[in-house]
Amino acid sequence: MFKIIRAEFLAPGIKRFILQAPRIARRHKPGQFVIVRVYEEGERIPLTIERADPERGTINIVVQSVGKTTYLLNSLETGDSILDVVGPLGKPSEIAKYGTVVVMGGGVGTAMAYSTAAALKQAGNRVISVVGARNKELVILEREMGEVSDLLLVTTDDGSYADKGFVTDKLRQLIQNGTRIDLVLAVGPIPMMKAVAEMTRPERIRTVVSLNPIMIDGTGMCGGCRVLIDGQSEFACVDGPEFDAHRVNFDVLVQRNAMYRVAEKRSLDDYRQKTASKLEPAGVCAGEGDTG
Amino acid sequence: MPRQPMPEQPAGQRATRFTEVNLGYSPELARQEALRCLECAKPTCTDTCPVGVKVKEFVQLIVAGDFMAAAAKVREDNVLPAITGRVCPQEDHCEGGCLLKKRGESLGIGYLERFVADYEQQHFDPAKIVQAPPTGKKVAIVGSGPSGLTAAGDLVQKGHAVHVFEALHEIGGVLVYGIPEFRLPKQIIREQVDYMRAMGVEFETDVVVGRTITIDELFEEEGYDALFIGTGAGAPQFMGIPGEHLNGVYSANEFLTRINLMHSYEFPRYDEPLADFRGKDVAVIGGGNTALDAIRSALRLGAGKAYVFYRRSEAEMPARAEEVKHAREEGIDFRILTAPVEFLSNGDGWLRAARCVRMELGEPDNSGRRRPVPIAGSEFEVPLSVAVMAIGTNANPIIQSTTPGLNTNRRGYIEANATTQKTSRRGVFAGGDIVTGSATVILAMGAGRRAAKAIDEYLATGAW
Repeated sequence: MFKIIRAEFLAPGIKRFILQAPRIARRHKPGQFVIVRVYEEGERIPLTIERADPERGTINIVVQSVGKTTYLLNSLETGDSILDVVGPLGKPSEIAKYGTVVVMGGGVGTAMAYSTAAALKQAGNRVISVVGARNKELVILEREMGEVSDLLLVTTDDGSYADKGFVTDKLRQLIQNGTRIDLVLAVGPIPMMKAVAEMTRPERIRTVVSLNPIMIDGTGMCGGCRVLIDGQSEFACVDGPEFDAHRVNFDVLVQRNAMYRVAEKRSLDDYRQKTASKLEPAGVCAGEGDTG
Repeated sequence: MPRQPMPEQPAGQRATRFTEVNLGYSPELARQEALRCLECAKPTCTDTCPVGVKVKEFVQLIVAGDFMAAAAKVREDNVLPAITGRVCPQEDHCEGGCLLKKRGESLGIGYLERFVADYEQQHFDPAKIVQAPPTGKKVAIVGSGPSGLTAAGDLVQKGHAVHVFEALHEIGGVLVYGIPEFRLPKQIIREQVDYMRAMGVEFETDVVVGRTITIDELFEEEGYDALFIGTGAGAPQFMGIPGEHLNGVYSANEFLTRINLMHSYEFPRYDEPLADFRGKDVAVIGGGNTALDAIRSALRLGAGKAYVFYRRSEAEMPARAEEVKHAREEGIDFRILTAPVEFLSNGDGWLRAARCVRMELGEPDNSGRRRPVPIAGSEFEVPLSVAVMAIGTNANPIIQSTTPGLNTNRRGYIEANATTQKTSRRGVFAGGDIVTGSATVILAMGAGRRAAKAIDEYLATGAW
């Protein structure tokens, strides 16, 4: 059992949990994730670690309500417990002094990108962060990203906050302005990561993405998270989750992530019916969110 | 006297449910069967048992009607008798050399072992288990599968403090994620683990050694004096043929983990889903126990046609004889000398069919078995909704890549001495599939026993 020290919504449908997990906190490195099972009958899902506090023995995870498991998780409060939390999993981000790095976070992907951005800054890089969200309410971790960036750019799809547009618009501007970019890290919805990859490919800018396939064990045992990298199968949980964006087959990732749509819809509909009569936590946004 | 047959659920009935196929001997059947034992002066049964169960002795105690003493006799060498009695390929070990085979069927040693283990479970008093006086030494066991559990069981009885670390959220390793309920009920595993808890073993889940904590940290920061690695082979192998990424193509590890560990057969009561292939056709590729477990599970989940594609002939199939028999009775269609060359899409990212070739057997390969050779022009298509790859496993790399100085072979398996299970790191022992590649529960248990003995000596003498 893993105790929730603090639970708070960062945005409608996006909740941050501070969990008591001393061993995970001590070994966490940027780019890694946890696998969580909320309750006995629950499924195992990967979730991003925003940061860890080794002295306090806590980790922060950021969760977006998308399907039953994340809706259920986001209904938990301070003092509740999560049944299983396993980690830190995955290969850590490769931190080095690259020069100028552009860190791009889309939606809840920003939580994953934050940790790596902080480490890249500490390693002496010039960090340009681009944070994007659908609208003002859904912009998260703006202050935190600002603290670890030399330059912070924020976009909203509908223009309700900061600059109207997509994170790729900012990247295009940076490229067109002649900014020297040594590395791009993009973490967000698959269409975003794919668009970033296509934008940097002709520019030959080294680009890394953090992939989000379906996972079960998270330790390389089942192969459920296999992704096609240059036509070869690799496991996102042990070979990734970060991969060279120009070698990733994003279409196959989208295809495999859609595999359980029918069952997922059923689970979510059943869950909503059961909880319909109860008061929903303030700020929970219905139905939308990053896919997959 | 012929062997007392094992009462079974009828094939038609059991093919739709996950309840255990074998129902177990009654005391009367057990005694009748035990009477068949010839009490050989030089029995081969014990010699061929990887953990050295004293077969003649426990069988005679059954004849005498003292079932608890028979169980205690088995326990002198086997800490998981209710499990081995069910899943061991006895035909390759104790029953294989039984003299009774010359005139008919071997003694039903496995059935008898199961009987005494189940009897013990129903009649034992946990309060009566005496814990050995503590030695003050701590041993970490990495992995709660058969080799780890066996090492833990032997070491705790020597008085060492034993702590088992498990990556998954349930104890048992492959016993719980790999072997289906209808062969090895989870309740049995729970009971055997509870017995170990009563002996003093501590268990901790959700710890991936190499990620959550490293082996060096276990020694330096958590004060362990010795460590056993029993993490299993656990990395799935794929054929590398086109279409293996399609929706509906699974590794056997994933397919079985969803069903066994995550209870997908009880969706939506349990949340973890599985592809819906009710009324549609499913094939498993492979001929071992894992393959049969997968396809028999698929059948129980409502598959229309259920195929085994195996590239060699039936004589070469490594699966346990009783499982092949049960599978045939349940209606599984064995397509031997057949292998897929490509998985075909329905145009929407889903598996639609497998393109297969027929094989013929040529010269023997490294494993000593005749090498299968594709017959040119023999290709044909089999419509399929799901395909499960059960062609073996590779070494999971997590421990090896996070433990400096731990030698591995070319394929990534940990090198360990065959008698002592010692690795290249002082105080670190290893056994089971992470050393040998995928094998059986009982062979892993044998390694666990050898390691426990060597660990005990190491802790006593400090000599490496």
